[in-house]
Amino acid sequence: MSMREKQLNNDLFQPAVISMEASEKITEESTSFWQDARRRLFENKGSVAGLIIIAVILLFAFLGPVLSQYGFDDQDVSRANLPPRIPVLEKVGFLGIDGVDIRGVNQYEMKNQKDNYYWFGTDALGRDQFVRVWKGTQISLYIAFLAAAIDMVIGVAYGAISGYRGGRTDNIMQRIIEIVIGIPNLIVIILFILILEPGILSITISLVITGWTTMARIVRGQILKLKNQEFVMASQTLGANSSRILTKHMFPNILGSIIITSMFTIPNAIFFEAFLSFIGLGIAPPTASLGSLVNEGFKSLQIYPHLVLYPAVIISLIMISFNLLGDGLRDALDPKMRK
Amino acid sequence: MVRFVLKRMLYMLITLFIITSFTFFLMKLLPGSPFNNEEKLTDAQKFILNEKYGLNDPVPVQYFNYMGNLLKGDMGVSFQYDNRPVSTMIAERIGPSAVLGIEATIFGTIIGLILGIVAALRHNTAADYVSSLFAVLGISIPSFVFAGLLQYYVGVKLDWLPVALWDGPKYHVLPALSLSVFVIATVARFMRTEMLEVLGQDYITTAKSKGLSKLVVIYKHSVRNALIPVVTILGPLAINLITGTLIIEKIFAVPGLGYQFVGSITLNDYPVIMATTIFYSVCFIVVILIVDILYGIIDPRIRVAGGKG
Repeated sequence: MSMREKQLNNDLFQPAVISMEASEKITEESTSFWQDARRRLFENKGSVAGLIIIAVILLFAFLGPVLSQYGFDDQDVSRANLPPRIPVLEKVGFLGIDGVDIRGVNQYEMKNQKDNYYWFGTDALGRDQFVRVWKGTQISLYIAFLAAAIDMVIGVAYGAISGYRGGRTDNIMQRIIEIVIGIPNLIVIILFILILEPGILSITISLVITGWTTMARIVRGQILKLKNQEFVMASQTLGANSSRILTKHMFPNILGSIIITSMFTIPNAIFFEAFLSFIGLGIAPPTASLGSLVNEGFKSLQIYPHLVLYPAVIISLIMISFNLLGDGLRDALDPKMRK
Repeated sequence: MVRFVLKRMLYMLITLFIITSFTFFLMKLLPGSPFNNEEKLTDAQKFILNEKYGLNDPVPVQYFNYMGNLLKGDMGVSFQYDNRPVSTMIAERIGPSAVLGIEATIFGTIIGLILGIVAALRHNTAADYVSSLFAVLGISIPSFVFAGLLQYYVGVKLDWLPVALWDGPKYHVLPALSLSVFVIATVARFMRTEMLEVLGQDYITTAKSKGLSKLVVIYKHSVRNALIPVVTILGPLAINLITGTLIIEKIFAVPGLGYQFVGSITLNDYPVIMATTIFYSVCFIVVILIVDILYGIIDPRIRVAGGKG
């Protein structure tokens, strides 16, 4: 008892300093919105996996054709229809990349190609499938990114004008959108490809013709929401003109939605390009895209499954990665939209 | 409600008018006439052929003729298949496509709903992760990849089901399955989100605290409310199914409308392309209209908002 009293005497205590400054002091460094979003994005395993796969595929798409000694249209019938064969890994039997076809014949020995390695095999004209697949990936990705970029420019401009001007302008612009949305994109795309020469640019144009509406609608919705907020009114009161308000105050606030929407445009564009190539309206040979490679491969699915396998796997991986990344970005940039 | 439906109908007509005109003029922009490829034709013969099909008339006259015939249900005749009327060609081919689409929708919706409900009820467990993974894969992986996999492994390697063609119920399984993957994935994903939201509502707690059995709470209170928004994805799903039939019918050689459409594109059979385009557009637009109206009927809040607007 006496011990405890001794321990707790008044000398042990000091009066606390009441200071406004100290209580307002920020001990941790403040995180900006983008830092916060990045943290949330990297916490999401799915989107990290998606990012890594996209990075690897991009790397291969650009390095693959450069590193190989073959061109994407080098034909040589003496080495036609070779199954895939990869050095070192060919020793591992069950992987099926030892140059032996499905009938159990080593085609490399049959065709005197013992010293050559075609990682993904060769097609009916003896073109190296490895180079063709990565060249095709390049083209598919190029179309997708181009379509997403054009969609973004048109959609943001249209949506911003429609939402910001409001009134009659908005009314007319929205009626136009409603009609465009009513027209099925598949139909427009097919018709446009028929009119234009099949090629990268015409595929992109036909994708954009119906694709921009999604972006325009989302941007308009966001602008409408922001238009009546206090910070915009404050800026208006201070005499800022429309372009300043749009670029300095509204644009940073809707950037998240724009990025999310674009992320979902890309896999969509890749799918439609593949779809068009698949029904015979896509890229004209000898150029290849992932879709046209799959389409070509289907013709000999039963005898040479490797021709379908690699482009199909890569297109699936791209689609999965972009969807995962898109989901992750949506959660990271707009927690309210979280599903 | 009536005003809402009428407004939607008006939009539908405008859209249809634009699509048909657009299709017509785009077709006119195409270089050459349908008979250019026939090397043996003399100029006089070509003239006679063009005269027969009304292709020598000025474009506006052709346009009014085409629109007039269209209103009567006459879509012209095929250039490739011995002057067969396009409308009969479509009528003959629509059967397998419709059957395939309906089978895929029913199967896909049921499986998708079950997956979504299970995932939500077992939130953050293995069942949830498996179902979510399946949903991401189903949405991402293109249907032709699935179709190819099924065809190769089930059809060729295991030899369980026919690889292609259309000759009895056995032939339906693989194409309908490949077509339904996207439906399953979309429905499962959407249903999971909606169920999770509904399960967090106060009235679920109320229902539970009233002592209702688990099954009643799940079925009567959760699932039925979660189903309402699922109706909205039916429109986009139907559109996706039509795109899907083009691919799936080609892979499995199903003699449906999609297969014919892809064929007519390769053959440059313009009347068939045009008619099928318009037919598909009508399907799209009608589906979207039905979904809109259905949604208004199911959810009274939307009807009220629509009536005011």
